[in-house]
Amino acid sequence: MSKRGDRPMVPRAEFKSYYGRPIVRPAPWTHDIASYLFTGGLAAGSALLAAGGQLTRRPRLRRAGRVASLGAVAASGYFLVADLGRPARFHHMLRVAKPTSPMSMGTWIFSAFSAAAGAAAITEAAPLLPPGFFRRVLPPVGAAAGLGAAVVAPALATYTAVLLADTATPSWHAAYPELPFVFAGSALASGAGVGLIADPAPPVRRMAVLGAALELYGAHRIETTKGILSEPFTSGHAGTLLRAGRLLTAAGIAGALLGRRSRVVSALSGLSLLAASAITRFGIFEGGMVSARDPKYTVIPQRERLAQRNE
Amino acid sequence: MGSNSLYGPLDPAPDAGYVDAPPRMGFFTDTSVCIGCKACEVACKEWNAIPDDGFNLLGQSYDNTGGLSANTWRHVAFIEQPVVPSLTDALAAAGTQFLGMPLSDLPGRVTEAPRTDFRWLMMSNVCKHCTHAGCLDVCPTGSLFRTEFGTVVVQEDICNGCGYCIAACPYGVIDRREDDGRAWKCTLCYDRIGDGLTPACAQACPTQSIQFGELDELRTRAAERVDALHEAGVESARLYGHSEDDGVGGDGAFFLLLDEPEVYGLPPDPIVTTRDLPDMWKRAGIAALAMAASVAVSFLGRRG
Ligand code: SF4
Ligand code: SF4
Ligand code: SF4
Repeated sequence: MSKRGDRPMVPRAEFKSYYGRPIVRPAPWTHDIASYLFTGGLAAGSALLAAGGQLTRRPRLRRAGRVASLGAVAASGYFLVADLGRPARFHHMLRVAKPTSPMSMGTWIFSAFSAAAGAAAITEAAPLLPPGFFRRVLPPVGAAAGLGAAVVAPALATYTAVLLADTATPSWHAAYPELPFVFAGSALASGAGVGLIADPAPPVRRMAVLGAALELYGAHRIETTKGILSEPFTSGHAGTLLRAGRLLTAAGIAGALLGRRSRVVSALSGLSLLAASAITRFGIFEGGMVSARDPKYTVIPQRERLAQRNE
Repeated sequence: MGSNSLYGPLDPAPDAGYVDAPPRMGFFTDTSVCIGCKACEVACKEWNAIPDDGFNLLGQSYDNTGGLSANTWRHVAFIEQPVVPSLTDALAAAGTQFLGMPLSDLPGRVTEAPRTDFRWLMMSNVCKHCTHAGCLDVCPTGSLFRTEFGTVVVQEDICNGCGYCIAACPYGVIDRREDDGRAWKCTLCYDRIGDGLTPACAQACPTQSIQFGELDELRTRAAERVDALHEAGVESARLYGHSEDDGVGGDGAFFLLLDEPEVYGLPPDPIVTTRDLPDMWKRAGIAALAMAASVAVSFLGRRG
């Protein structure tokens, strides 16, 4: 058998360009936005966890979910503002509500969510208050706010997929049918991660498994069905991140299912799921940026499209 | 907003709500007569008081600017290509201002000098002022808007530098200025055409490579020009961005090219990303439902 190590297995795709310069422009976003993809998802996942805990009378899950959600919302707000070219003009986002702009829709979703999630978290302080009116009235307010946050949470977790996909960035756009499932699953898994640390009850483990399943389904489709536009997600730095994310997810699920008798193992599994969610978001972010920087990802798919149309 | 507003042919100013809008204005940039003098690049910078972008030597023929950016709203591309001499003859016969590669001898010393087997392609690139402008669709502040002339303009007092438009433009035109944080691009000289003036770049162009006018008229003129070039044997001449049926509903600034678009750094088949937006929201909706259902199933399962 001949050695083929020195020959590329797939012939290099031929395409023309202007001095190899990019055609579309990568988003001028820093890792603040990749971090926000994670914290926004975590806020949503934790809010759903809290609502589940609230409705099935598991106070530890409710409390942990609400507090984690508020923390993640605060971090999200920071990342979103810090990434603007003109942070002092953040409020200009509130001038309009524009259905054709996922960022505009997202601003309103995020605003509604943070108000509800913030209120729900603050009411957790009720036991610290002296007996009286506020101490009595806060829990029902928290219950309403908590359910409100949970209603908005799925929108918060999935609009970010539309945010990335609604660009000329080739690999993000091509991933649009499955990207929301990756983000929904990743958000669920991170929320379950919080639950595994706070109170590893059976519903939390089920939530972790379902989240991981959604995420793995979406990621698999994105990595295998987009032709050359799958490549940025499977090779280079982004590929490494996504593979690492998958390993951590698998480890987290294994730990959650097998280590159910041990709080320590459960908590470590939770941490593993949280790390997996963060790393996966960075991988998706990075893969898109790679596809915008290399003109071949713009030219070759468009050429193929033209050839098909002219057949 | 009708669903048609996201894709397909339409007249953008009335679609944006202007009553009695003036005719749509635009550019026809005929690259076959461009001589690469960069007068447009300079005039644009002067008129719009755009900061300089440093002194760079890029090693890309005579192009030391690189491409359109926050600080370059007209950009002249230079491509050096080997060709068969018959094509350069045809181009010369078609009345283009084709110059060929510079010779080392004095002009006119060698009469009847043979044409070289090299050609230069030169092209003055600019914002396309798309019928369906991705930049404008996604702008979350309303900073980008459609003018009564059907063009697309950024309001610098509104833009908060979110950068979304930059990722959404299928041509890589609009860009964020580093020290300033806001997005900038060609305004199609909104401050001039409202007063009946010609945009600075078109005014400065000495060969009428940049033609400004009513889009309908420019489209007719361009079709005639491309026919004339084909008749003269310049088979490679083609229009780019002229058709309402393309992926962005046609460009307000379109081009006559002598080679494939990607050779000039243009996408061969751009499609406005928001064409798929309804579908994207639908997929996100399904994923959101799957998410809610997962939580319900998790918590409704047996206690154990
Ligand atoms: S070319 Fe780009 S920047 Fe210009 S109008 Fe079209 S989408 Fe906007
Ligand atoms: S950078 Fe400015 S012009 Fe561009 S989308 Fe954001 S607010 Fe609008
Ligand atoms: S129309 Fe005006 S702003 Fe646009 S490239 Fe020409 S000179 Fe510059």
